[in-house]
Amino acid sequence: MGILEIIIITFVKILIIVTMMLLSVSYLVYFERKISAWTQNRVGPNRVGYAGLLQPFADVFKLLLKEDIVPDAANKPIHTLAPIMALVIAFGTYAVIPIGPAVELFGYNIQLVVADVNIGILYVLALTSIGVYAITFSGWSSGSKYSLLGGVRSSAQMISYEISMGFSVAGVLLFSESLRPLDIVASQSGWMWNAIVQPIGFITFVVSAFAETNRLPFDLPEAEPELVGGYHTEYSSMKFAAFFLAEYANMIIASALIVTLYLGGWQVPYIEMAGLSAGLTALIQVGAFFVKMGALLFFFIWVRWSLPRFRYDQLMSLGWKVMFPLSLVNLIWVAVLVMLFN
Amino acid sequence: MIPIEYYLILSAFMFIMGVIGVLTRKNAIIVFMSIELMLNSANLTFVTFSSYLGNVTGQLFVFFVMTVAAAEAAVGLAIIIALFRNKQTVSIDEINILKW
Amino acid sequence: MNIYDLIFYLFATITVLSALAVVSTKNIIYSAYNLMLTFFGVAGLYVLLGADFLAIVQLIVYVGGILILILFGVMLTNKVNGMPIHTEVTNIIPASITIGLFAGIVLAFFMNTNWKSVTTEFPATTIQSLGKLLMNEYILIFELLGVLLLIALIGAASIARKQ
Repeated sequence: MGILEIIIITFVKILIIVTMMLLSVSYLVYFERKISAWTQNRVGPNRVGYAGLLQPFADVFKLLLKEDIVPDAANKPIHTLAPIMALVIAFGTYAVIPIGPAVELFGYNIQLVVADVNIGILYVLALTSIGVYAITFSGWSSGSKYSLLGGVRSSAQMISYEISMGFSVAGVLLFSESLRPLDIVASQSGWMWNAIVQPIGFITFVVSAFAETNRLPFDLPEAEPELVGGYHTEYSSMKFAAFFLAEYANMIIASALIVTLYLGGWQVPYIEMAGLSAGLTALIQVGAFFVKMGALLFFFIWVRWSLPRFRYDQLMSLGWKVMFPLSLVNLIWVAVLVMLFN
Repeated sequence: MIPIEYYLILSAFMFIMGVIGVLTRKNAIIVFMSIELMLNSANLTFVTFSSYLGNVTGQLFVFFVMTVAAAEAAVGLAIIIALFRNKQTVSIDEINILKW
Repeated sequence: MNIYDLIFYLFATITVLSALAVVSTKNIIYSAYNLMLTFFGVAGLYVLLGADFLAIVQLIVYVGGILILILFGVMLTNKVNGMPIHTEVTNIIPASITIGLFAGIVLAFFMNTNWKSVTTEFPATTIQSLGKLLMNEYILIFELLGVLLLIALIGAASIARKQ
């Protein structure tokens, strides 16, 4: 393959991923509203289009047409920069997550991942830790105490939960012996899913993912009743929409990451025994990836509308005194397993 | 291929910026950032030599430096916050109890 | 000029400009922001030098850890709301003499030495070789660093706590 072909193929992949992300983010908002309505025994959005299916577009147009207000006390350059940062980081993370096996397409052997990086998992962890800046800067630059409190809370929360997240991932890496997402998926062939082999690590990772994405029950950075809206109190129009999109994009990334690390990625157990053609198998596997991801996203939304919010000290002691030791226990458990069976 | 001198001059520049920050700024936190700048320039030199001599050990030392920098940041900021609590300032020329 | 040279100049420019801005801006948050850019520039140079693992660790430790701590320090020790946070400059004359001397010596040394360099092809990833070195020859330092981090953690917590 020449360099030009590689560039074109990568470009097409980026285009597909970004379009998919934008569409799925807006429909995720729709599903969130529908599921919350279902949980609360309401109807939910049903006016725009059939069963409210065009509602996401109406929302986007509403936000686009609103006036962009920047408070007087705000620091303008950083106030503008923060939402852009949030969005770029959220979309950049998806580059290393594989959505399917290598496929033959138009005579080329194409990996279904934008960038097949050797240290892909570390890249994801690095980007999540940079994501803290978007929220901290937005909180500081707004010049309002609610925003500032939201920003400080969020950075403390995300740093604390990054630790248990990192240690849970270390358990996965002990099995795969590689930091490459494709190898991690390959190491979970058959029913050797990490969620089954190391259930404690799975639980700590999922809880940390909830905290990292600032979702209920850990949404203290934006806690509406006490902080008015937290770090994005002073944002309006498209800047607010950018934060909103970034939050949902982070949810999608978190579920894609959980699928890749713990639920076998795009693999369907024992599908090679069914004797299907290569193209059909690949199609089913890509489908399986999205089904798993959808189930996790439903779980995210379901939890949000079922559980109350934690208090801040409870959140911190959960992170440091429960999740962190549990992830260490998981690491030891995996090490023992590797020692016994390798 | 970039000559090795370019990397070295770049890291020297970063180090000098760090020295300027430490010597001229009054705010303890800026002094702190300047120290991080100096540590980074040392790291860059390590990695440059490691790459140009084909030996990975240099990179390992960067790893050690980063660990020490993390420990230093935690303790240093704890001291700054304790100082601020006692004296309501982080300006280093107002922190002079030891001077008689 | 090939593409690697272009990337070098790009990252070098980012690093130089942002390092300059760290020590010259008055607003402390701008300093922190520029320090973040410097760290990014250095991480890019690491990738260019074949140290992929270190580049990522640079992002995780410096950008995701140390700089966030520094931002915390800024937010906890300044009147953040209201006016922008300005800081002052001191000791201009003695500092400039020292720095001038120091810069002259370092630059003369770097320019005049005939540096040895071996052109070797770096492996695709340095993780394996780093891990082997860390677990064999440097295992004692590795363990000691673990102890150091623990001590720093306890020390920081006990210093910063309210009595």
